[in-house]
Amino acid sequence: MDKLPRWADLALVPLISLLLAAAVSAVVLLAIGQSPSQALWVMVEGALLSPYGWGYTLYYATSFMFTGLAVVVAFHGGLFNIGGEGQAQLGGLGVALVCLSLPWPHWTLALPAAILGAALFGAAWAAIPAWLQARRGSHIVITTIMFNYIAAALMIYVLVEVLKPAGQMDPASARFPPGTNLPTLHEIPGLSLIFTKQVPANVSLFVALAACFGVWVLMWRTRLGYEIRAFGKQPAAARYAGISAFKVTMIAMLISGALSGMMAINNVMGESERLLQNASEGAGFIGIAVALMGRNHPVGVFLAALLFGFLYQGGAELGLWTSIPIELRTVVQGLVILFTGALDQMVRMLLVRLIRTSRSRTPAQAQGGM
Amino acid sequence: MAGQTPSGRQETAAPFAIELKGISKAFGPVQANKDISIQVAHGSIHGIIGENGAGKSTLMSILYGFYRADSGVIEINGRPTTIPDSQSAIRAGIGMVFQHFKLVQNFTVLENVVLGAEDGALLGPSLTKARRVLADLSREYELDVDPDAVVEDLSVGHQQRVEILKALYRQAEILILDEPTGVLTPDEADHLFRILRGLKDQGKTVILITHKLREIMEITDAVSVMRRGTMVATVKTAETSPEALAELMVGRKVLLHVHKGPANPGRNVLSVENLRVVDEAKVERLRGISFDIRAGEILGIAGVAGNGQSELLEVLGGFGRATGRVVLNGTELDISGRASDGQSRRAAGIAHVPEDRQRLGLIMDFTAWENVAFGYHHAPEYQRNAALMDNDAIRADCAGKMQRFDVRPPLPELPAKSFSGGNQQKIVVAREIERNPDLLLVGQPTRGVDIGAIEFIHKQIVALRDAGKAVLLVSVELDEILSLSDRIAVMFDGRIMGFRDPAQTNERELGLLMAGVEG
Repeated sequence: MDKLPRWADLALVPLISLLLAAAVSAVVLLAIGQSPSQALWVMVEGALLSPYGWGYTLYYATSFMFTGLAVVVAFHGGLFNIGGEGQAQLGGLGVALVCLSLPWPHWTLALPAAILGAALFGAAWAAIPAWLQARRGSHIVITTIMFNYIAAALMIYVLVEVLKPAGQMDPASARFPPGTNLPTLHEIPGLSLIFTKQVPANVSLFVALAACFGVWVLMWRTRLGYEIRAFGKQPAAARYAGISAFKVTMIAMLISGALSGMMAINNVMGESERLLQNASEGAGFIGIAVALMGRNHPVGVFLAALLFGFLYQGGAELGLWTSIPIELRTVVQGLVILFTGALDQMVRMLLVRLIRTSRSRTPAQAQGGM
Repeated sequence: MAGQTPSGRQETAAPFAIELKGISKAFGPVQANKDISIQVAHGSIHGIIGENGAGKSTLMSILYGFYRADSGVIEINGRPTTIPDSQSAIRAGIGMVFQHFKLVQNFTVLENVVLGAEDGALLGPSLTKARRVLADLSREYELDVDPDAVVEDLSVGHQQRVEILKALYRQAEILILDEPTGVLTPDEADHLFRILRGLKDQGKTVILITHKLREIMEITDAVSVMRRGTMVATVKTAETSPEALAELMVGRKVLLHVHKGPANPGRNVLSVENLRVVDEAKVERLRGISFDIRAGEILGIAGVAGNGQSELLEVLGGFGRATGRVVLNGTELDISGRASDGQSRRAAGIAHVPEDRQRLGLIMDFTAWENVAFGYHHAPEYQRNAALMDNDAIRADCAGKMQRFDVRPPLPELPAKSFSGGNQQKIVVAREIERNPDLLLVGQPTRGVDIGAIEFIHKQIVALRDAGKAVLLVSVELDEILSLSDRIAVMFDGRIMGFRDPAQTNERELGLLMAGVEG
């Protein structure tokens, strides 16, 4: 019966959740004898107040957009894809194989091929849990988590036994040929005026933005998106309408896995320029929080990815410039996820109650005056 | 107010078991109950009737402590009483039998009765006492149920008796029943009414909430009519008529009987031969069903819910598996579940208004316009090009359907869940009928639909028949079956017990067939 106005649901609830997370973070900082205001300043300055800081914030945000969108697509199909991490690592393998296989003459040729490789490998890694869910009823949450571990083990094997050049110590692939190196924002004409120093953010950012738009078109403008959403809301009704559960489950998970995998063009191809162990660094999991906070909408994912990019970069700055332990970055991120993701229903309920009492008070007072 | 009543006057001046004075309750901007006053006499059966959304359930929820009224006074036996929760309601002597039973399925009858009313930490004494009380109650009121039977093994009618026993065990003096006959066979309903009369004779007060005029006329002493949150009238049942009550409920004259001309059956549209369905638990749900439907004919399937009607609709609708033969317009349809689905059935000319519109027929979170395309989202007129859907075209189509089928409010952007049951059903019926199918499958077309909309939906179904289409109607409402069908098949336990001509049968005969008694 009682509902929040749309603006409150979309803007006010996340904002209050964020403030709550910030408040609790401040208490934690006070408890370990640090100044919250100083910490906040370091984070803002380091992540937002210089083009250099933005260069990092946007780099992280790019990865989170891909993994966030991956969660969104699966979620609309009623599937909770926790396997973004593993799919992103396999995507990295796809990118590495593409980049190392040919002496690419120019990045404009290498990038589409790398996107394809990343998407294919990510999708393939999602395909097995998807099939197990669709045909055998094995729960996708369990299987995708298991596949994260398998992916990590597989990557170590591939890096150590297959891709590591002879004589190299660390488990990593060879450097990619220069023809595959993506331009960073510093190297893009026009943007180079803003980003005067070398930054990790690269053209993958624009691929991520295109993916946001693409997912929006897919979910709300195509028959496939219609079928995915209908199935996700009411699987039984989808049967009535002639929507195949098997087809929707498989396709939604393949797209989801492909999006997770595509994250690798940002970190593997765009930044490290070779395949490292654990290249995705947890971005697959951050994607879950990004999707939750972004209300499973591409626009929300874009904004939430920026926020988490800020938290990542700001947290790194904390480690650099203050004596605040780097682990606190994880604490702050955890609190943001807790409040925006897990507890936002609590904020919503409180708001609903507040609005209800403020509305009912006015007529009650009028009656009391009689 | 409570202070003004001298305590000595209460016993003498308490002719009413329940008196509500000026009860109001709003949910946000929606005024569910508006200044409702009602007096229920001791030892009477009092009916409360009204369309869905008229506020009956809200009012009873206030009486049972689920909601608190914004204003107004509740008096039980002349004493002002506040009922903040259901425990207080039970203490005040009010018992409630809900439409959806609140029983623990794998507990025995005895355990269910005692649950929440145990006398102490040890169960033994409570169970012994309950066994004795139940035996007394069974004898007194024809409420015979085996106290050691597990609830999930009981028929719906017996489960309902357990609910009544629960209330009586808690010493309820006032019993409220919410739509109690919706799930019963006519025989079970008769038995229930005998129980209710017995309770009345023992001085208990019964409040019966229903939308079935016939039940009101049959059993109540007085009836209160609700419309849009207000109490429009309370009358003695003996002094009113079904037509008058219907008019009070809807606020205008209503045709209770469907006007339809004689059927003009043409060629055979659907032939079903020896249809068998075995469910996942290896239980045979359909045990060899055969029938034909001709063009311009409505075949009504009567039966108590759960006797295979749902499986029949699922198989014909393309999403069930069966063996046997189904032929539509001379072409055999796949019923193995492999080569067919809802899409291929629609392409073959079958439209389907499913029994459970909220679970199957609509995506409740989708907007009305998105639901208008549901199942027809591949239709060429809904596509902009090979890749994209034409959402504007669907919106426009939805607006047209809403106007033609009088859906209120006519807002395509509103989610399906925001419409009333009747308007949700109109959206589904509009979607399916306007496809001009050769065969319309329609299950429980008016379940949870208000009287005004029932009339409209019935007219649409008859109009489709008159346009020379075949209609398969499944309903648990005998009235509906009798007034709409051109031919009636009665189902029991996965079989068709017999076919009847609606002009030459009656509820008695159908009721026996529904209960499995060979005719």
